[in-house]
Amino acid sequence: MNYSDFFKMIPEASLVAILIVLFVADFATAKTEERRWFNPLASVLLLLNTFVCLLPMEAQTAFGGMYVTSSAVNVMKAILSMGTFIVVLQSRVWAAKGGKEGEFYMLIVSTLLGMFAMMSAGNFLMFFLGLEMASVPLACAVAFDMYRKNSAEAAAKFILTATFSSGVMIYGISFLYGEFGTLYFADVVAAKMQATPLTIMGLVFFFSGLGFKISLVPFHFWTADTYQGAPTTVTGYLSVISKGAAAFTLLSILFHVFGGIMVYWHVLLMIVVVLSITIANLFAVRQGELKRFMAFSSISQAGYIMLAAIGNDWANSVTALSYYVLIYIVANMAVFTIISVVEQNNGGKTNISDYNGFYRTNPRLSFLMTLAMFSLGGIPPFAGMFSKFFVFMSGVNGADINTTMGAWAYAVVFIALINTVISLYYYLKIVKAMYIVRTDNPLPAFRSDCNTKFALAVCMAGILLFGVCSFVYEWIAAAA
Amino acid sequence: MIPVGYFFVLSGLLFFIGVFGFVTRRNLVAMLISVELILNSVDINFAAFNRLLFPDGYEGLFFTLFSIGVSAAESAVALAIIINVYRHFHSDQVNSIENMKL
Repeated sequence: MNYSDFFKMIPEASLVAILIVLFVADFATAKTEERRWFNPLASVLLLLNTFVCLLPMEAQTAFGGMYVTSSAVNVMKAILSMGTFIVVLQSRVWAAKGGKEGEFYMLIVSTLLGMFAMMSAGNFLMFFLGLEMASVPLACAVAFDMYRKNSAEAAAKFILTATFSSGVMIYGISFLYGEFGTLYFADVVAAKMQATPLTIMGLVFFFSGLGFKISLVPFHFWTADTYQGAPTTVTGYLSVISKGAAAFTLLSILFHVFGGIMVYWHVLLMIVVVLSITIANLFAVRQGELKRFMAFSSISQAGYIMLAAIGNDWANSVTALSYYVLIYIVANMAVFTIISVVEQNNGGKTNISDYNGFYRTNPRLSFLMTLAMFSLGGIPPFAGMFSKFFVFMSGVNGADINTTMGAWAYAVVFIALINTVISLYYYLKIVKAMYIVRTDNPLPAFRSDCNTKFALAVCMAGILLFGVCSFVYEWIAAAA
Repeated sequence: MIPVGYFFVLSGLLFFIGVFGFVTRRNLVAMLISVELILNSVDINFAAFNRLLFPDGYEGLFFTLFSIGVSAAESAVALAIIINVYRHFHSDQVNSIENMKL
C-alpha cells in the first residue's frame, strides 16, 4: 500500500481533521465559558473545508482505482461543503439547547465524509461503504430530539427505509458482479456493457435503491413523515445535502458504468421524473404543515434535479445538476432557517396558517422567505429560474425531435415546464399567507440571533447573485 | 458441484421473502428481520458468484464481509431507534406510531 495516496484525497482528509478537532474541542470546552466559541469554530472549519475543496486538483486515482477524483467531483464537494456550513451556522441555538452540540456537529460532518467517499468512489464496494457511512449517522441525526415523539417516529421510518433501499441496491450490484466479475467501475466500462437480462435487472434494482435515497416518486413514502418529524435543521440537511450527493452519484454511475445501456435508463428516468414532479406537486398543494409541504416540494425538486440526466452529454448534465443543487441549497436552506427560527421563538409552530399576517410583525423575515419561495418556484430575476433553465436545456440536449426517444425527451421537459407553473401556485400560497391573509393575532415580533442572520445573508446573496453572475455557472462548466 | 442457478433461485426467494415481509409485517422488529433477509440474499449471491463463476479473485467474498459488517452497524442503530420509539409509544406496532398525518 502506498501511503502517499492519502495526499490525493485532500477533501476527505480535511474532513477527518475537522472531526478530530471537533471531538477534542467538545470535551475541552464542556461546561466552560469557551463553549460559546464552539459553533463559530465548527462553522469556520467547514468554511475552510469549502476552500480546500476549491483547490485546483487534476483528475487522479488512488488506492488502485478504489478512489477516483476529478474537478467536477471537487466542485460538487465544495458546493455540499458550503451547504453544510450554512446548516451548521444556523443550528447554533437549537444545538446548544440540549447541550449535545458536539455530537450533532460530529454526526453531520461524518455524514458529509460518507457522501464525499461515495461521490469519488471508483468501486461498488467503496460506493456502498460511503453510502452507509452517510445514511447511518443521518438516522442518528434524525432521532436527535430524543424527547420528541415525532423525532423517534421519523427516525424509525428513515432507518428502516434506508436499510431496505440499500439492500435492494446491493442486490442489483450483485447482478452486475455476476455479469462482469468485477466491482471496479473502470473494468465494467472496459467490458462494454450490453443489455443482457443480468445488467437490466442490475440497473433496475440499483436505480430503485438510489431512488429511495433521492426520494423520487415511486420510492417517496418515507419522505413526508421523516421530513416532518426530524428536527428542522436536520430536515434542511436531508433535503439539500444528502439529496444532492445521492443525485450526483446516481448521475455519475449512470453515465459512466451504465453508459452502454443508456437508452434503457433514459426510459426509466423519464417515467420516474415525470411521476416525481407531477405527483409531488399535486400532493404539495394540499399540505397544511410547512415542513411536510417542503418535503413534497423537495420530492418535486428531486425530479427536476434528475431531469438533468436525461441529456446524453456528461459535461452538460453534470454542470446542470451541480448548478441546480447549488441554487437549491441556498434557496431551501433560507426557507428552513426561517422555519427553524420561527419554530424556536414561538414554541414549535410550523403550520402554514401560523404564518398568517407574518408580514406585519416580521417584515424582513417574510421578505426573505418570499425571495426564497420565488427562487424555488423559478421566477425570473432570481437564481432558481436560471438553474431550471439549464436543467431543461440539459434535458433536451442532443435529443432529435424526429426520433421517438428525442420526442419523449421534449415531452418530459414540456411536462416539467407545466409543473413549474403548478408549483408557483403552492409556493405563492405561503407568500399569500404572510402578506395578504388577515388575522388578529399574528406571530409576535422577535429578533433572531446573529448566526441565523449571517446564514440568511449568505443564502440571500446566493439567491440574488448566483443567477445573474454568470461566472458561477462558467466555473462549474469549466470543471465538468 | 451445485450449479450456480440453484444459488440464484435461493437468493431470489430469500430476497422476495424479505421484501414481502417488509411490506406486510406490522412490527418494527419483524420489519428489521425482513431487511436482514434481503441483505443475506445479497451475501449468498456474492459468495456463490465468486466461488463458482470468478474463482480467481476474492472481490465477491470481500463484499460479503463488508456487507455483513455494515448490516450489523445498521441493525444496531435501528434497534436503538426502535427502543426509543417504544419508550414514546409503548408499542412497536406500525399502526400505533402514526402520529403525523395530514
